[in-house]
Amino acid sequence: MNSILFLPILPEIFLTIISMFLLILGVFNKGENAYTLVSNLSIISLLITLFFVISGMIPQGLSFGSSLISDDFSIFLKALILTASIAILIVSNIYLKDIRLLKFEYIILILISVIGMMIMVSSNDLITLYLSIELQSLPLYVLASIRNKSLKSTESGLKYFVLGALSSCILLYGLSLIYGYTGSIYYSDMAANIQVSDIGVLVGLAFALAGFAFKISAVPFHMWTPDVYEGSPTTITAFFAIAPKIAALGLIARILITGLPSLIEDWRSILILLSIFSMLLGAFSAIGQSNIKRLLAYSSISHMGFALMGIANGSIEGIRSLCLYLLIYLVMSLAIFISIIALKKENEHVEEINQLSGLSKTNPIMAIILSILLFSLAGIPPLAGFFAKFYVLYAAINAELYYLAIFGVVSSVISAFYYLRIIKIMYFDDSSITFDPISKRLKLLIYTLSAITLLFFIKPSLFLNMADIAASSLFI
Amino acid sequence: MITISHYLVLAAILFVIGIFGVFLNKKNIIIILMSIELMLLSVNINLVSFSSYLGDIIGQIFSLLVLTVAAAEAAIGLAILVIYFRNKGSISVDDINAMKG
Repeated sequence: MNSILFLPILPEIFLTIISMFLLILGVFNKGENAYTLVSNLSIISLLITLFFVISGMIPQGLSFGSSLISDDFSIFLKALILTASIAILIVSNIYLKDIRLLKFEYIILILISVIGMMIMVSSNDLITLYLSIELQSLPLYVLASIRNKSLKSTESGLKYFVLGALSSCILLYGLSLIYGYTGSIYYSDMAANIQVSDIGVLVGLAFALAGFAFKISAVPFHMWTPDVYEGSPTTITAFFAIAPKIAALGLIARILITGLPSLIEDWRSILILLSIFSMLLGAFSAIGQSNIKRLLAYSSISHMGFALMGIANGSIEGIRSLCLYLLIYLVMSLAIFISIIALKKENEHVEEINQLSGLSKTNPIMAIILSILLFSLAGIPPLAGFFAKFYVLYAAINAELYYLAIFGVVSSVISAFYYLRIIKIMYFDDSSITFDPISKRLKLLIYTLSAITLLFFIKPSLFLNMADIAASSLFI
Repeated sequence: MITISHYLVLAAILFVIGIFGVFLNKKNIIIILMSIELMLLSVNINLVSFSSYLGDIIGQIFSLLVLTVAAAEAAIGLAILVIYFRNKGSISVDDINAMKG
């Protein structure tokens, strides 16, 4: 019994030790040298962690007195988070050289945040939930303001900090009420003790969901997203858009389904509202944007609406569609962010959509890849994005949430407008900038990710089975 | 006789004061940080009173952890505030407008 106590969370322990070690290593080396060393070692250790997580060598089960749980659901999400962070660290090496920001602290902060996210998806009580959310978000506040000479970056860090801390307080107030009225912090005991008629738990649930909505930037708690995305360095924006969202959605799914299953009617109605508003506002607000990062911020708000639709479903089919959605969202967003980072002219990265005009003449391959990715984000068959939306909508219809599915389709059509506008600018406007050639490593990443997006339809069962295994472990 | 509901009402009042402090103040970001601390303390009152009411020690452990996190959060918040002040020369809430929205 005692010997397997900490084995299920061995990957997290390993990463924690590595990040402390790398911090010391970074301090004792100078300048660019420290950055290269820390960055290479951290990529290697993340790869090792990813290997251990997906190899199945780590035993599953509870650890630390059922505070942490390791099951197929958490393993699936951990694999997604680790993949995202490895890709972002590889891209950061190139991007940070361009903007002359080679600080090794950047890597350490990403590592610590990844540890927080991994604990988030395996948290099994309220204390672990709160502490892991804080462990995840505190490094992110610093990362947003890491360009400490830039007004935009520091301002986005400040905004993110203030709203993030506020949301943590609201979440914590909700958690304290849930604790008080169910008498336990453990999800399994909460599910057993809950009184459906108890107004205290409902108030706590509403507060907690408001806090969670802040973390995944669902409407009406999305105000910080465009500003923070615009002000942060682009690699950090990519990180914000992918990893914390995956972790937070996994955490929401676990607490709602294993902790508060008897309140399904109540949390479902809240999630449906959040989902509809996010999808519609994400679609409408993105139309007027001229900055690519702001546009992608609204696009991610819209995507979070779809992902919430999967949780609102509450059934095993809904969670399966959520898992698949997160996987495809990870691939698409990573690819599009890396493409934006790759397009530059003498260390000036593309910021405005108009700078892409005439890309089809100056760089036809990138134009085709961007079109594939944008079509996929818009959900046009046979690309991966279509399957993501299809399974979520299909699950919603099977659960008789018809109006939710209708709003999903409508907002998907509206959002196709602004994705298509970018394609129109790339293909039919006169060319303005000839971009520098793209480095080999970025090309490799972009090609791989867009190949997955393009060829997903050949064997969707491959990913569907993984999502299925992950989802069914949540319902035991 | 002071019952649990008195404590809960006190915590709720402090929490609402904290929220108003964040949203209504136009002058100073430090006041926002103070309001956030106030909200965390109201949560602590909640946790400790529930803990004593339920006879369950975990609530008190939770409140100690919240205190620790609050300290870390204040440290990071002040650090970000300092580098923001170096760039902008002001910490007025009205001046946070380098980006629209």
